[in-house]
Amino acid sequence: MGRGTTADVSLPRPGLTLTGALAVALALLAFGAVMIGPYALTPGQVLAALTGQGDPQAQIVVWNIRLPRVGAALLVGAALAAAGASYQALFRNPLVSPDILGVSAGAGLGAVAGIFLSLPVAAIQASAFVGGMVAVGVVMLVGALVRNTDRTLTLVLLGVVVGALAGAATSLLKVMADPYDQLPAITFWLLGSLASITMRDILPALPMVLVGLIPLALLRWRINVLSLGDDEARALGVEAGRTRFVVIAAATLITASVTALAGVVGWVGLVIPHIARMLVGPGFARLLPASALIGACYLLIVDTLARTIAAVEVPLGVLTAVIGAPFFVWLLARGRRGWS
Amino acid sequence: MLEARDLAIGYGVRPIGTGLSVAVKPGEILCLLGPNGCGKTTLFRTLLGLLPSHGGTVLLNGRPITAMTRAAIARAVAYVPQAHAPPFPFEAVEVVLMGRTARLGAFSQPGKADRAAAHDAMRRLGIHDLAHRDYSRLSGGQRQLVLIARALAQEAALIVMDEPTASLDFGNQAQVLAQVADLARDASAEGHGVILSTHDPDQAFALDARVLLMCRGGVYAEGPAPEVLTDANLSTVYGLPVTVETTSSGRRVCLPSLSQSAPTMTSNAFTMA
Repeated sequence: MGRGTTADVSLPRPGLTLTGALAVALALLAFGAVMIGPYALTPGQVLAALTGQGDPQAQIVVWNIRLPRVGAALLVGAALAAAGASYQALFRNPLVSPDILGVSAGAGLGAVAGIFLSLPVAAIQASAFVGGMVAVGVVMLVGALVRNTDRTLTLVLLGVVVGALAGAATSLLKVMADPYDQLPAITFWLLGSLASITMRDILPALPMVLVGLIPLALLRWRINVLSLGDDEARALGVEAGRTRFVVIAAATLITASVTALAGVVGWVGLVIPHIARMLVGPGFARLLPASALIGACYLLIVDTLARTIAAVEVPLGVLTAVIGAPFFVWLLARGRRGWS
Repeated sequence: MLEARDLAIGYGVRPIGTGLSVAVKPGEILCLLGPNGCGKTTLFRTLLGLLPSHGGTVLLNGRPITAMTRAAIARAVAYVPQAHAPPFPFEAVEVVLMGRTARLGAFSQPGKADRAAAHDAMRRLGIHDLAHRDYSRLSGGQRQLVLIARALAQEAALIVMDEPTASLDFGNQAQVLAQVADLARDASAEGHGVILSTHDPDQAFALDARVLLMCRGGVYAEGPAPEVLTDANLSTVYGLPVTVETTSSGRRVCLPSLSQSAPTMTSNAFTMA
């Protein structure tokens, strides 16, 4: 390896070149994804359309259909992976996903309620966002009231409880929903999809994801320390409770925003931080950007598959599960530790 | 540096220990001994401010610990937990660097000076070759030394160690003990104060430590090792006959009776745990 043999004071930074390479790969993938589709475009046509020239029909395809969709895939993938990396560090478990505290179940219930009440799309998205935030809010509130020495386990179990309740309410609404009109919409939403996404859908989610990423980036060192557990983090000088609250709030904001946009897309937040950790190590300062970039690439590829491999749209959640679940088994087989 | 008087400790509403007084000065090693369940760990967590006390106060350099921020406490006391397996494969030097956290701003990362301090701490313990190894794959003894290096990097005058030799093999135990003795009796600088818990009374003799012998949540005896660790005290606290003998090299060792007929085998130690 030869790492750190010459000047051991400066830690080697393999992460920087890798981050650059990922960014380049992301740009190329995005460009490729804009070309692919029922109305196939050449690189020249895409470049022309991007600069506002050439075939008007190609311009409409690029600006109104492909770019919003590619942008949404990048945003959702980056956001879920970043939130997943944060939750995994916080809960000291590499097999944790961003919906561990019930954000997906809550957002699902919010969206299903919105569809059930035949609300407009923007209101359904708002309802999903609120549902996700409220679910985690309830977990945090009850968690603060329950006196138990193991804070982490308390939160995880409360997440299971709130998730189960939200799931039950969602099921009830599905039974009561109109089977021809509402039920297909509900099912599709719960499996996640970026079909029919427009720029107007992305715009509210984007700033919220960015606002959520700021505290995660600022607290990057403390998040490492927090992954040692509460007692040790506090003995090292970190106000563990307060820091954890900020990280959970930020990661939940991110997850709820993109879940409102794309529906429930599972597995990304669980699997991608793993791949990132293998490449750049567990240090959060490198893990966060690497997770976001790989997550963006991954979901872009999956979403491009979702809209091209069949005549109908394949729900995103189906594809991410088909890819993610075997990977999860492989991780388990490699014997990484769970809760100690 | 640390002083606690008449401390009541415990979780929940009922204290499990009362009347505990602890004091440590620079250059001094205080060895906490007592059977399982006597409240050693609870006392540790209270002394570190991780657990609120039920009564009495812990003073760090004259200030009550309840009035200090976590960072201020961490600059005064370093905690060396039992060697553990972390969930993520940090490099050993990254684990040591975490000792610098209390000296950083909330949003900062360790800088050059912090890295230098971390490498120095590892070099001082003779484990610098481990710096870029995966901490989660080190042996128990190596991990314990890395955690001690982290406490050194923390630059706190007092170091609190929770059974630093537990689960270490014979050789590693001796190596860790030698480092502990070194920390307190460093001739080149003001020695650290060290509080450590152990299950092995021989270690208190080896370290020439002051001893706090605990039993049922209280202090049974306190003072220099030869005065506290007597046949009678050890036999009462551990509930089986113990004799203290002096070897030909002059070191004292404690020898418990292994005879099965010992009638007191069912007492304190087991019922308390």
